[in-house]
Amino acid sequence: MLGLNRKDAMLLMVVVLLTLFAPFLLNPFPEGSSLAQFNAGYPDLMQRFVIFGIFAIGFNILFGLTGYLSFGHAAFLGAGSYAGVWMMKLLTMNVIPAIIVSVVVAGLFSLLIGFISLRRSGIYFSILTLAFAQMSFALAYSVLTPITGGETGLQLSLNDPRILGVSSTGDGSIPVTNLFGLEMRDSFEWEVGAWLFTFNAGYYVCAAVMLVAFYVAIRIFRSPFGMMLRAVKSNQQRMNYTGLNPKPYTLAAFVISGMYAGLAGGLMVSMDPLAGAERMFWTASGEVVLMTILGGAGTLIGPVLGAGLIKYMENIVSKINSTILHEWFAFMPDGIEDLLVTLVYPFIGKGWHLTLGIMFMLVVIFLPGGLVEGGQRIGRLFRRRDRKGTGVEAPAAEQRRKTPAE
Amino acid sequence: MGILEVKNVSKRFGGLQALGDVNLSVAENTVHAIIGPNGAGKSTLLNCLIGKLIPDTGSVMFDGNSVLGRKPYEINQMGISRVFQTPEIFADLTVFENVMIPCFATRDGAFRMHALESVANEPDIVEQAETMLADVNMLDKRNVHAGSLSRGDKRRLEMAMCLSQQPKLLLLDEPTAGMARADTNNTIDLLKEIKDKRDITMCIIEHDMHVVFSLAERITVLAQGTPLVEETPENIKGHPKVREAYLGEAQV
Ligand SMILES: Nc1ncnc2c1ncn2[C@@H]1O[C@H](COP(=O)(O)OP(=O)(O)OP(=O)(O)O)[C@@H](O)[C@H]1O
Ligand SMILES: [Mg+2]
Repeated sequence: MLGLNRKDAMLLMVVVLLTLFAPFLLNPFPEGSSLAQFNAGYPDLMQRFVIFGIFAIGFNILFGLTGYLSFGHAAFLGAGSYAGVWMMKLLTMNVIPAIIVSVVVAGLFSLLIGFISLRRSGIYFSILTLAFAQMSFALAYSVLTPITGGETGLQLSLNDPRILGVSSTGDGSIPVTNLFGLEMRDSFEWEVGAWLFTFNAGYYVCAAVMLVAFYVAIRIFRSPFGMMLRAVKSNQQRMNYTGLNPKPYTLAAFVISGMYAGLAGGLMVSMDPLAGAERMFWTASGEVVLMTILGGAGTLIGPVLGAGLIKYMENIVSKINSTILHEWFAFMPDGIEDLLVTLVYPFIGKGWHLTLGIMFMLVVIFLPGGLVEGGQRIGRLFRRRDRKGTGVEAPAAEQRRKTPAE
Repeated sequence: MGILEVKNVSKRFGGLQALGDVNLSVAENTVHAIIGPNGAGKSTLLNCLIGKLIPDTGSVMFDGNSVLGRKPYEINQMGISRVFQTPEIFADLTVFENVMIPCFATRDGAFRMHALESVANEPDIVEQAETMLADVNMLDKRNVHAGSLSRGDKRRLEMAMCLSQQPKLLLLDEPTAGMARADTNNTIDLLKEIKDKRDITMCIIEHDMHVVFSLAERITVLAQGTPLVEETPENIKGHPKVREAYLGEAQV
């Protein structure tokens, strides 16, 4: 199917189903119940899951396959965001031109930075990319203010030309982003008993783009080009003496991953037309590294899982506070309740970074292959116990278990 | 004129003259062995042929073209493949992928953006790689990670990788070191078979005289960076200069 082997086609199907039904899957708890705060099925967060999924899928093509660890990929996401907002200012609020231009601009930008940074490898490469990204951040923040909006960020205004659209709507407000008239903020809410599910147009646009991006990534992984990228990681000397030039392969991977980052940036501003320099900050570059490693560098689904997990923690775990903890442990004797709350408190709310850090350490030490390796190990245990699992069912079952957040 | 012409090549590492004025001519479609004691400069000479090192002086002509100043991948694309003394393989990839990569390199050149094609959709390459693996008796190990192979298997794999490129000139740096006797004999048979099947020139460095005398048509003896003699195998046995080279200067 679609030029994929059976296993990859299964994986793609599973991801398609999960993204399609995410509004249900991410909202398992009834509205108003004490567990409702764990629901992640609201548009803003679901959009973020898939957008950062795209960012991580692209990053993995560079890092997972070639082993080149870039610490500056947020620069391309930022460049894509600015380009997208400019398209909305100058041309139209339709998201298609914005997304295309984001990808193109990020691609050109990554070609330039990649060309220079790839003169070195290993730690020097990482530092060069970090330096370039920080430089971009600093420039966007100061000198380039006319283009980037500096500290306030780049916003739409009522005076924008918008040649193919309108500068302002009839009631004097800024028009909203749309796809041929379908507004990105449009949502359809469905109440089923105590449950409330939200189906958001913007989310489904992002999800569709993510599925295409994921499909392209699978194709790249299974292509001769993908094999060459793994050869770059494995032994560049051997490549050279086998008549292959590793440089253009690595640069191509760098640009492709830069374009994925631009795509993510373009989608971000398509959902919320505002771009700020902080998107290029080094912590943003570090985050995508964490996502990829946490999920499993070099695996297909890993980066998406990592992105989902980190965004879930950032948005959900960070909101738990001590009042909520006290509610949870209320059934216990007072002394023990207080003790438990005191023990758990550092790991939730603002302390979610601590939990993430510990998880990251545990994964790197015990599961170098990330969550995907964890899933595979569980899968193997499972298969050993009941030997019924056939070759195709087992990995699919594995994927199902591994994708709670996506 | 041989297919490979090395003229007045010398190479110095700091105070050490690794190669001093080496002249070597390898005739087309022959097997030429280079022997000599450890540290004689044999591997260094090969390094100068494939662009790993640039000689201080002299010239290296292959098939009428100079190789000096060319990048290693360009030299390989001219038709020179090399099996290294310590196996150079793609350790993280499977055995089968290891053989497919050189097949792609030979067919598609130094770079091709085949990002949306599928490896599974390349029947020619797959078949070529399978045949090559069958030739070195490694078809049963096709899905094994190359890094986990035994040393002897790594060498056989590397040889398969080089042979799959159908090079005009194959350089072999101690191809049977670390191999069991049976595998050594298989390797000799394989190389003979390849030689019979198509036009190929081989340059082989070997300490194992059994291998040398089974394959070589010409033998060059290298000692302390200079060629002492170049002879046929019959004439090399018992040659006084060869003994001298192997027994060392202490005798002189
Ligand atoms: N890159 C290098 N830098 C410095 N010295 C080197 C380098 N390569 C080789 N040498 C030295 O040059 C001399 C010749 O080395 P070479 O590897 O060519 O010997 P060899 O004939 O292949 O020996 P062996 O049979 O042990 O493989 C040795 O003394 C070695 O230490
Ligand atoms: Mg040597």
